[in-house]
Amino acid sequence: MKRFTWFNTISLTLGFAFLYIPMLILIIYSFNASKLVTVWAGFSTQWYSRLFNNEAFIDAAWVTLKVGFISSCAATILGTMIAYIMVRGGRFYGRSLFSSMIYAPLVMPEVITGLSLLLLFISIGLDRGVFTIILAHTTFSMCYVSVVVSSRLASFDVSIEEAAIDLGCTAFDAFRSVTLPIIAPAVISGWLLAFTLSLDDLVIASFVSGPASTTLPIKIYSSVRLGLSPEINALSTLMIAVVTFGVLTSSIISKRAIKRQKREEEQAFKNG
Amino acid sequence: MFMTIFEPWNETNSKPFIEFRGVSKRFGALTAIDNVSFSIYEREFFALLGPSGCGKTTLMRMLGGLEKPSKGQIFIDGQDINTIPANKRSVNMMFQSYALFPHLTVADNIAFGLKRSDMPKSEIPDRVNEMLKLVQLDNLDARKPHQISGGQRQRVALARSLAKAPKLLLLDEPLGALDKKLRQETQFELVDIQEKLGTTFVIVTHDQEEAMTVASRIAIMDQGKLIQIDTPDLIYEAPSSVRVADFIGDVNLIEGNAQKMANGKMQIEWAESQPALIADSSAQIPNDGKITFAIRPEKIAMTKHKPDDADNAVEGHIQDIAYLGNVSIFKVRLTSGQLMNAQASNTRRLSRRNFTWEDKVWLSWTETAGIVLTK
Repeated sequence: MKRFTWFNTISLTLGFAFLYIPMLILIIYSFNASKLVTVWAGFSTQWYSRLFNNEAFIDAAWVTLKVGFISSCAATILGTMIAYIMVRGGRFYGRSLFSSMIYAPLVMPEVITGLSLLLLFISIGLDRGVFTIILAHTTFSMCYVSVVVSSRLASFDVSIEEAAIDLGCTAFDAFRSVTLPIIAPAVISGWLLAFTLSLDDLVIASFVSGPASTTLPIKIYSSVRLGLSPEINALSTLMIAVVTFGVLTSSIISKRAIKRQKREEEQAFKNG
Repeated sequence: MFMTIFEPWNETNSKPFIEFRGVSKRFGALTAIDNVSFSIYEREFFALLGPSGCGKTTLMRMLGGLEKPSKGQIFIDGQDINTIPANKRSVNMMFQSYALFPHLTVADNIAFGLKRSDMPKSEIPDRVNEMLKLVQLDNLDARKPHQISGGQRQRVALARSLAKAPKLLLLDEPLGALDKKLRQETQFELVDIQEKLGTTFVIVTHDQEEAMTVASRIAIMDQGKLIQIDTPDLIYEAPSSVRVADFIGDVNLIEGNAQKMANGKMQIEWAESQPALIADSSAQIPNDGKITFAIRPEKIAMTKHKPDDADNAVEGHIQDIAYLGNVSIFKVRLTSGQLMNAQASNTRRLSRRNFTWEDKVWLSWTETAGIVLTK
């Protein structure tokens, strides 16, 4: 079969152009020397240096990183726990209801998630700030973590855990010294996924953030409303870089884990 | 030469090491184990044999503490195992999938249980080396499980489960993943190791050859019940029921009506216008006289002409021949209509075989060759 027919080539080009031209333009214009966003006036990195001197942006970046780090750690712990119960808990009453309830937030409109969290925080009298954003991000990203981790757990031989218990481990010791090292790639890629989701989020954060807790996406959005500036382009380019790095690392880790598993199986088969 | 025969189950004063008392296990509506009581003695190599789904694995998992009985009690060394916490129990298990820890080296796999025991840290490496020697894997200690062969992995699993010197080792289909040749070699090694260590072994298997090779006694299970516990030779030569006779090896089953004769032997009417079969059996004939006569194919002799001095002889023709290399199985259609299997060793080359398809033959056997079954 010929793979590069003109039809295939055009489909591929069109598809990827549609996806990536907007971002490409943004990245190119972030290196624009002109103050006008739409006029090219030569290459320059001045907007990047300006960005790093803009305290408002630096503050927002810190808030975002802090929120991202803490919420993804919390989401990873909670999501792994949920995945473990769902895969290993056996059949208990309402199990399928619970497992579909874990997936539901993935398709829930963010506006609704944000609004309901806002109402919750107001009703229990929690002041909105960094802490509430962390809570909100943990809430929605733990679902993603649990999906990633449970798919790994499902392909995991239960008797390995039983063997650990048989050799004198407590259930927790067995999880820590046997299960966790084996599912670690999935847990790490879940963490990276949660981290990038938290970096990206605008909608939920804008519902639950307070006056002193502006995340980068909120900052960008509000500055854009006052007019485009090349500084925002530079900032966005940096965020694209971070998110791309996160997603790529996460997928490389899980791909590698799959490859290694396959290789081990092949080798085992060969040695049979 | 003097040799003590190892038969604690026949000695009245020997104390059982493991005792099942009225043990049942239910999973929801399914009864996996149905009121089972039996004993296993110290140093035994005890095999649980049965078709898949007969409950043998559940029985073993209860011994290992991975399942709890729904009813009844299990005693190990006189102690109810439910009162001993899982990590204090001197029982280890070798899993069917080996369940090696993929992220640890061979040596670390073996040391895993030792690190969680009372053994001083300084003694662990010596013990690991000792176990590696026992299973002949001295030079593979630094490898990961995926870097060694299936047979080697099986040895690592065995070494790991023996490292803590358990009083009882449970083996769940330990050789199921190996090919036939390796399996046969490993069976003998397993027996050697068991004899060397004196540990009580309980093995679960669906492979009757394996059970016959390794076990001191075999328990045959079917649908959650124990149907016979005996030594391999008694299981084969003196099955207690038709089900056991049929499950172990090949057997010809003939239904008939039995009568005691004056000389104490048994006369079995089995087909119209055929002479009655004579069997030397002490079985109790039920009131209606209905029994099943079981005879193994290898106990039947096949000749061209009617033998003069045979206790039992029936006529038929060869319908089919299965050539298995070392032996051939002849399917003989008797004149009464029944099909009977007779086995002959291929002591001569195939081209010199005396019998071929459609040949008229006589099958004969002695009065003690068959078994009269009343169940």
